[in-house]
Amino acid sequence: MTGLLGIENLTRVEIEAILDRARDFQPPEGEGFRRLDLLKGRTLVNLFFEASTRTRTSFELAAKRLGADAISIAAQSSSVSKGESLVDTLNTLAAMRPDAIIMRHSASGAPHFLQRHLAIPIINAGDGTHEHPTQALLDARTILDRGAKLEGLKVVIIGDIAHSRVARSNIYLLAKFGAQIVLCGPASLLPKELQELAPGITLTTNMTEAIQDAGVIMMLRVQLERQHEANFPAAEYFQFYGLRLDHLKHARPDVIVMHPGPINRGREISSEVADSQRSAILNQVENGISVRMAVLEKVLTQ
Amino acid sequence: MASLLIKNGRVIDPANGFDQVADVWIEDGVIKGVGVGITSAGTQTFDATGMIVAPGFIDMHVHLREPGFEHAETIESGARAAAAGGFTSICPMPNTAPVNDNATVTSYIIDKARQHAVVNVFPIGAITKGSAGEELASIGSMKNAGVVAISDDGRPVMNARVMRRAMEFARSFNLPVIDHCEDLHLSAGGDMHEGATSVRLGLRGIPGCSEDVMVARDILLAEVTGARFHVAHISARHSVEMVAFAKRRGLAVTAEVTPHHLTLADTDIEPYDSNFKMKPPLRSSLDVNSVVEGIVSGAIDAIATDHAPHAGSDKMQEFEKCPFGILGLETALAIALERLYHNGKIGLRKLIELFTVNPARILGIERGTLRQGAAGDVTIFSLERDWVYDVNKSFSKSRNSPFDLTAYRGGPVATVVAGKIVWSCL
Repeated sequence: MTGLLGIENLTRVEIEAILDRARDFQPPEGEGFRRLDLLKGRTLVNLFFEASTRTRTSFELAAKRLGADAISIAAQSSSVSKGESLVDTLNTLAAMRPDAIIMRHSASGAPHFLQRHLAIPIINAGDGTHEHPTQALLDARTILDRGAKLEGLKVVIIGDIAHSRVARSNIYLLAKFGAQIVLCGPASLLPKELQELAPGITLTTNMTEAIQDAGVIMMLRVQLERQHEANFPAAEYFQFYGLRLDHLKHARPDVIVMHPGPINRGREISSEVADSQRSAILNQVENGISVRMAVLEKVLTQ
Repeated sequence: MASLLIKNGRVIDPANGFDQVADVWIEDGVIKGVGVGITSAGTQTFDATGMIVAPGFIDMHVHLREPGFEHAETIESGARAAAAGGFTSICPMPNTAPVNDNATVTSYIIDKARQHAVVNVFPIGAITKGSAGEELASIGSMKNAGVVAISDDGRPVMNARVMRRAMEFARSFNLPVIDHCEDLHLSAGGDMHEGATSVRLGLRGIPGCSEDVMVARDILLAEVTGARFHVAHISARHSVEMVAFAKRRGLAVTAEVTPHHLTLADTDIEPYDSNFKMKPPLRSSLDVNSVVEGIVSGAIDAIATDHAPHAGSDKMQEFEKCPFGILGLETALAIALERLYHNGKIGLRKLIELFTVNPARILGIERGTLRQGAAGDVTIFSLERDWVYDVNKSFSKSRNSPFDLTAYRGGPVATVVAGKIVWSCL
């Protein structure tokens, strides 16, 4: 059985299948989620080595709404803090025979490394600065829900691209559908090699230029914890890379503004934009559950 | 002392310009003679027909982990791995615990080696106390105790003034200064070469310029001080250009390259497999070509393995948590044959120089030749033997190699130290 480690190695057909299935799980307008029993009797372990509210909760709810049992373990309360190695922790959990492990870890490739040593499927809930596949899937679902087509769509991703797993997964996904991808940020967070990730990528350090005629603007969280690396003058960040209402006039009138959260109001996005009609930030959160239901179903029933 | 007659091999001794089928006669641990049709009644004979017989190979850059990290390697196990790789002399770097920064530790290593090592061990001392980069180590007394060079390998001296003083002092003791050239600020937090692959894998990069700026600094300091400066494990293409430039200026600047930097690029990394994690990192294919061409042009003088054993539990972790370094002793010759000889890049004489007379000259040790009266150290190897490297059969105590289960054409057949066969695959 295989889990879901990233978007990079998925085919367009596989992605479409997940996105289509996610739509089945979306509650009808104005109604709550229905509880299904598609994964009744199955057990999932949510193993989060890095703080997370939305992703962990979203996976938990997705599991519960499919009838699966989900337990969540935060690294602070686990044996990792007693010095146990990652492999030993996973082997221990695997010996208890859950059906899959959902894992977030601060080290890029941690789930890939573990998957080589474990038979149990691993679902990557974000690994370091590498991939965050379910985020890209829910972002795509959100764009499609607003009636946009991914083919030829101009999607601008703005912020700390170098350290963003959200950006990487979105780049892989959007490129598979022929979107036009513009990456924008301070030069130190925008290595030129990003262009080699996939076809159809352009880079710019100029935000106004990046936003020109954009159909989607994805803002990334400024990694406050990385400020000590002096990648850019922090005091100037919002001035040059913060999204404000006046920027939106350069984009398409129906532009969708997205953000994986948690947002820093006034740092990378102004409150006016975050709360505007153009913002799809809460739709993203909502879609997180239906997309993760589709992923769990795929991994556990294939 | 052991006597041995190695019969009918193709004897190549670059130091003497000798290359013909001949016999090598070793008596009382030293070379008694090289010639055709030598007979010596009662002496042990090794039939080297169809094989190459060369002076004993020298690996001027290894980590034996003793004292301090004996769970990963010992002087004894590392020496056995060396012998299995065709090396008769090895130079352990000082990053042990305690650091080899004084004559007591040097003497301990030499005594241990005398008791337990099947090959010769020539230790390298630290540049600074504890390799902390601040105060100079006891360089003169370490020299008297037997170190053949100084280096703060793995913890490069960041303070240029300290490096200058070290070079000045080393010069008066005629010791080469070996630098692991890495600007620790530029490389901070990095796990692999900075490039398209690091960006794709989301791993932090170690840029080529982190090596280049230190090579440039050290070349300039070598010119100011007149010291002999040797670049450890050169890997970046601009560094190779700068070493060539320094040589053209007549400076005493030399360089070594590892087998893995001759053959693997960052694109060859098995994603997140720590057996591909080392410093300097596997660089771009442009850099790989550049170090190969650096050998061909003579900019690079020696092949050294940077054999860096790590216990399995240390390497069985998240990529970013794993220590840097891989095994190298047992696969070095086979990789050199594959990357330099079989493809016609260089001839055998030159290949042998890289492992023998050149490192001996850099270190100033009386090795690397089959001249009459020289140490009876001989490396016998095959150009054709097909074999597969099985890391689980390694003599090392560790298993961290990216070359496990790689098939090779040619490699060591027997290793002779002071007239004694210390390893043979026959």
